[in-house]
Amino acid sequence: MPDKNAIEVRDVSKLFGTGDAQFAALDNVSVSIRENEFFTLLGPSGCGKTTLLRLIAGFDYPTDGQILLYGQDIAPLPPFKRPVNTVFQSYALFPHMTVGQNIAFGLEMLGKPKAEIEARVAEMLKLVRMEALKDRKTSQISGGQQQRVALARALAPQPKVLLLDEPLSALDYKLRKEMQIELKRLQHETGITFIFVTHDQEEALTMSDRIAVMSAGKILQVGSPWDIYDRPAVRFVADFIGETNFLHADVVSANDGRATVRLSSGKEIPATFPSGSSPQGKVTLVVRPEHARVAAPNGTSAHVGHIENVVYLGTDTHFHVRLDDGTPFIVRQQNSRNGHNGFAKAERVGIEFGQDVAQILKD
Amino acid sequence: MAKRRFDLKALPGFTTIAVICFVALYLPIIILVAYAFNAATSTSEWGGFSLKWFASAWNNDQVIDATIRSFQIAVLAATFATIAATMAALATTRTKAYRGLTFKYAFINQPLMVPEIVTAVALLIFFSRIKVWTGYAGLGYLIGAHTAFCIPFAYLPIRARLESMDLTLERAAADLYATPFKAFRRVTLPLLWPGILAGFMLAFVISLDDVVITNFVKLGGQDTLPTYMLGQIRRGITPEINAISTAFLLLSILIVTLFFFASRKRD
Ligand SMILES: Nc1ncnc2c1ncn2[C@@H]1O[C@H](COP(=O)(O)OP(=O)(O)O)[C@@H](O)[C@H]1O
Ligand SMILES: [Mg+2]
Repeated sequence: MPDKNAIEVRDVSKLFGTGDAQFAALDNVSVSIRENEFFTLLGPSGCGKTTLLRLIAGFDYPTDGQILLYGQDIAPLPPFKRPVNTVFQSYALFPHMTVGQNIAFGLEMLGKPKAEIEARVAEMLKLVRMEALKDRKTSQISGGQQQRVALARALAPQPKVLLLDEPLSALDYKLRKEMQIELKRLQHETGITFIFVTHDQEEALTMSDRIAVMSAGKILQVGSPWDIYDRPAVRFVADFIGETNFLHADVVSANDGRATVRLSSGKEIPATFPSGSSPQGKVTLVVRPEHARVAAPNGTSAHVGHIENVVYLGTDTHFHVRLDDGTPFIVRQQNSRNGHNGFAKAERVGIEFGQDVAQILKD
Repeated sequence: MAKRRFDLKALPGFTTIAVICFVALYLPIIILVAYAFNAATSTSEWGGFSLKWFASAWNNDQVIDATIRSFQIAVLAATFATIAATMAALATTRTKAYRGLTFKYAFINQPLMVPEIVTAVALLIFFSRIKVWTGYAGLGYLIGAHTAFCIPFAYLPIRARLESMDLTLERAAADLYATPFKAFRRVTLPLLWPGILAGFMLAFVISLDDVVITNFVKLGGQDTLPTYMLGQIRRGITPEINAISTAFLLLSILIVTLFFFASRKRD
């Protein structure tokens, strides 16, 4: 069964505080995480990502709702009985133990035989490429190495699910990029389900099988990186991930997941919309900057406007266009060898859309 | 431009006051130690260098007896106080805030606030009752009293250490299948150890040093080194007191230094 659920979060709420100061860190959250999946919780700081991980790990309990691990309610299990391990944001390595002792800790607590522990520690050290540092104190290794030890320590007991709370946020850019690849490799090699938390949309897009975008204690959308990027369901998701253009439009017709909308220019174009919604009347469209082109205004132009700014970025050029209805619109166009498409500031241009690039938002 | 840091040393008279404090603190001690090596019987006239007062103290059975008793009481009282303080510190830092927690701090630190003489009188009355009821006349009273007033001193460094400890470490232990007991033994306790040693050392020194409460609570023949010295001084001072004081001082310094290095190595 490829689509077996490792974790099922059902209508989970978590309230903090009492009386007037009470607020929901998690507000009726439901999500399923599949076995062997690299699943990412993406959202701005304070949206409840850590809180959700803490509920899954068992460091805190939901105010309402259920969490199932392979179909079993884990509410009665204390953290030390849950086959789930955590890579903490601060790593939380034991400072009085060596690298090897840190990695062995979970296995020792599970009462594994000595020989097995030793073999497994050696295997883990090899997996994270830290063989040479087994006997070092954790204070005598670099941040990136501590990160690897934290990973090895959490992976050693072969948990059913590995929780990673912004594990890369303390690393510098280059190391972070390296560890992103490393994490993907580890997930692939171990086949363990990863629940990865980040507030970095680029990181989420490059690493995940699926992403859940969170805001203010709610999950707004769950989908593949492609879904999230190209078919955002709500304004927050479209805005949080990448650069986006918002356009006003009127729905002409909508059925079977396809709609026709009329732009303020009077032009009618096809658009997609999130399943489960039935768009009508005035709606907001999103179009990614790289899915539009600037050209000389003509009959096929979706919109017409003038260029306010041209930003040359090496690989591509950004045209900041002011549409005739006053809306700002950015077009990102790849550069050819001979300069940047020949349009200059203040020039009048038409905007052309490729096939199926407009998505209608729910809100 | 960086603002100039406030420098205490720039204050007028700072150096003078510092020197006066140092002299007031250490000069009497230096004189006391010097006269311990006096060959004369006077504590004010120098009669040449000699170790005879050390020898006389060493051969004085009462001195040896009081010293041994002092250490017995200090070791036991400091041990009990440290255990109690560790449990109290865990209870006040590792549980959720609850009503009465502030009261509990006040309760634990009570001996720091109540005048020692009041505690002494109270214990005297309390223990004499118990003695009448049970007939027990051992060292237990002194050990109990010392344990009680040592607890806050042991408590302070242990609590400070616990509060500065990262709670995530204990959470990580639980995450890695350690039961609460194992998490305590394998993670909390080893990390707490320097605090416990420091607490024990403080309690030990405080117990060793006590005069007021000990004087009230002790039964006949239960002199500790400080109460024995107090008794001797009433009868007139010989350099033997200087010799005992000097030995006591050296021993204290030695013990404190040992503990200091023991707790440092753990860090
Ligand atoms: N123990 C707690 N008590 C009160 N509020 C909390 C507690 N833990 C988290 N919160 C609040 O819940 C919200 C979500 O926190 P968190 O899950 O840590 O966010 P994230 O990890 O997404 O940055 C924040 O507003 C935070 O202040
Ligand atoms: Mg967080």
